[in-house]
Amino acid sequence: MSVALSRRQAFKVMIGLGSTAASAVLPRTALASTEEHPAHPVAPPEAVAMLYDNTLCTGCKACMPACNEANGLPTDTTLSGGIWDMPMGLNAKTKNIIELYQDPKSDEFAFVKKQCMHCLDPACVTGCPFGSLVKRDLGAVTWNSSLCIGCRYCEVACPFEVPQFQWENWNPKIVKCEFCYDQRLKENLEPACTAACPTGAVIFGKRTDLLAKAKDRITVAPEKYFEQRVYGEHEVGGTQVLYLSSVSFQKIGLPKLGTVSLGHYATKVTSVIYKWLFGPMVMAGVLGFFIRRNWNRHESERLEHEKRTGFPDQL
Amino acid sequence: MLSALFNSATSLETIDERLLKCGISRRAFLVFCTSLMVAAPYGLAITDKKTPEDVAAGLGKVIRPAVIWLHFQDCTGCTESLLQTSHPGFADLILNVISLEYHETLMAGSGLQARQALEEAVQKYSGKYILVVEGSIPTKDQGIYMKLGGRPALDVLAEIGGKAAAIVAIGSCASWGGIPSADPDPTGAVGVADLLPDKSIVNIPGCPPNPYTMLGVLLQYAANGTLPEADEQRRPKFAFDRDIHEQCPKRAHFDAGNFVKQYGDQGHREGWCLYEMGCKGPDTHAGCSTRHFNEIPDVWPIGIGAPCIGCTEKSIAFKVPMFQVVQLHTIATPPTSYAPITKTLGTISPLATGLVGIAVGTLATAGYVASRKFSKVEDDESAPGNRPPDSGSGDSPKSGPGASV
Repeated sequence: MSVALSRRQAFKVMIGLGSTAASAVLPRTALASTEEHPAHPVAPPEAVAMLYDNTLCTGCKACMPACNEANGLPTDTTLSGGIWDMPMGLNAKTKNIIELYQDPKSDEFAFVKKQCMHCLDPACVTGCPFGSLVKRDLGAVTWNSSLCIGCRYCEVACPFEVPQFQWENWNPKIVKCEFCYDQRLKENLEPACTAACPTGAVIFGKRTDLLAKAKDRITVAPEKYFEQRVYGEHEVGGTQVLYLSSVSFQKIGLPKLGTVSLGHYATKVTSVIYKWLFGPMVMAGVLGFFIRRNWNRHESERLEHEKRTGFPDQL
Repeated sequence: MLSALFNSATSLETIDERLLKCGISRRAFLVFCTSLMVAAPYGLAITDKKTPEDVAAGLGKVIRPAVIWLHFQDCTGCTESLLQTSHPGFADLILNVISLEYHETLMAGSGLQARQALEEAVQKYSGKYILVVEGSIPTKDQGIYMKLGGRPALDVLAEIGGKAAAIVAIGSCASWGGIPSADPDPTGAVGVADLLPDKSIVNIPGCPPNPYTMLGVLLQYAANGTLPEADEQRRPKFAFDRDIHEQCPKRAHFDAGNFVKQYGDQGHREGWCLYEMGCKGPDTHAGCSTRHFNEIPDVWPIGIGAPCIGCTEKSIAFKVPMFQVVQLHTIATPPTSYAPITKTLGTISPLATGLVGIAVGTLATAGYVASRKFSKVEDDESAPGNRPPDSGSGDSPKSGPGASV
């Protein structure tokens, strides 16, 4: 026997079911605490890293086709008329790129290799509502297509603007450097870009080793390096791609960032809002107040209308 | 294969014996070996020695392989190309190194005489000879489009190919059909490997192929009884494992972006890259760019200013239009151009936040005010359920439900 539902009742049932479903899949990160995301995360001992030194890079771009080949990426030939792989930055077809900084006035120049920085506490992982982006065991930040809903929060969250969205695809994916995790790291191979680099401008190793190596290089020739520091040692809580540069890091497109991890920054807000469901309850209370007020108003109007016309409200 | 060859030593002689019989001096033979060392493809075991003496010692013991050469649907271009070799000369090759039993272009006899020679050779060296096939085999209409002594090429190949120890398909036609198989393919032309897939076959595609590849294959077979390592298309790897584009002498022009735009233009005269003229180099695997033809430097298609047509690739030559530009795969940007630094957009400034806030606030307020105004309109006759207050309970509308009772 079918239950006769009024329009209003049907809406109520739908809202009830919807909120039950929503609370069942409440975002995981919304419950995360600041203890899980310390302001200055410590890299686990097995964390791997890349060290890029632009005083050694000759701009040969051997890393770019190597990356394309390892990741099965198409070449980006839009600007070159179908001849060369010629991306103008990281995009949906490019996970790794060599860019050139040239000072228009002096003859100062520097190359820079751009790819995912593999932050110790990545903003994209914190921002992802469904856990599609994951920080894997060696520290690689990888993306899982089956969980992605295409919200592109990761694109907004990343301070280095690494995750890229496939606008041309009917079933778009997020394209970002994944440290060749599935392709090579799993098989104890170093990433394709570091394997291809002929000058050792980008090298692969344990993060602690590379950090020590980078500091050695600075000690040996401090005049070669800008600010005598390693970019990525403390930036956004530390990254697993480290940079040494002869020119200012901002000139080669690496943003000036604080030392607090973005995961900590985000959870500092979310952990307060969601503590004991405080935020949602306040929100529900405010909404409830307005609904009740409007409801009472409407009810009195309805009764008045009924009294005046002798007809019940038609709505 | 090796034992089969040695067992037949009674009927086949070694190169040493043959040279002795012909009165060729040791010096002349060493000269021949030297030229072989220079000209033979890299990686061939028999010529990969330190001195010509070592090569001569190895080569002298080689039993001269009997070779039967059949022409089907061909232009004899492959034979012509082989005739041009000078290090070693073709006469040296066919008279001293191999024992060429039957070759329609080169033999003196004709007609019945020639057929007899073929039959005798097949009978005498059955299961030991190398069959070289030049040209494709027609299969349409029972293969009547090409006949040899009144028999279709299909039957001839089945018989003579069946008794061969190994088959070398020389040229693109014999490898997979070549020119005769080009659209509309009136004869249903196919290659040897399509008809005898189980035989040990070496494909030496090319239009024409480099003669030294042929020489290398024959010499290795004679010396070791083995065929060179081949790729999935049965092409010997020593000659076909490299990409033309990767080894091209004009590669620097490609990287610099210097392209020929029209035949005879300034770039063409300067020897620029022919990619935009439809050069198939990036998709073609062959040794042409490193081993030129006729021992003359720069004698190969790209060297003389003609784009590569991809003749060693089954899917390109005679299938893809000659001047159609091929797609490049994993080629990096040329070093002459770089992407500029992409700056991250960074943080949102307080000013922008304020402006957006003001805009949103204005819109929200405007919406609220408008809704208040709308609800204050009292005398709207068209609004449903809205009546003037004086026309209240007395006269109800006729259409009103339950009004009459």
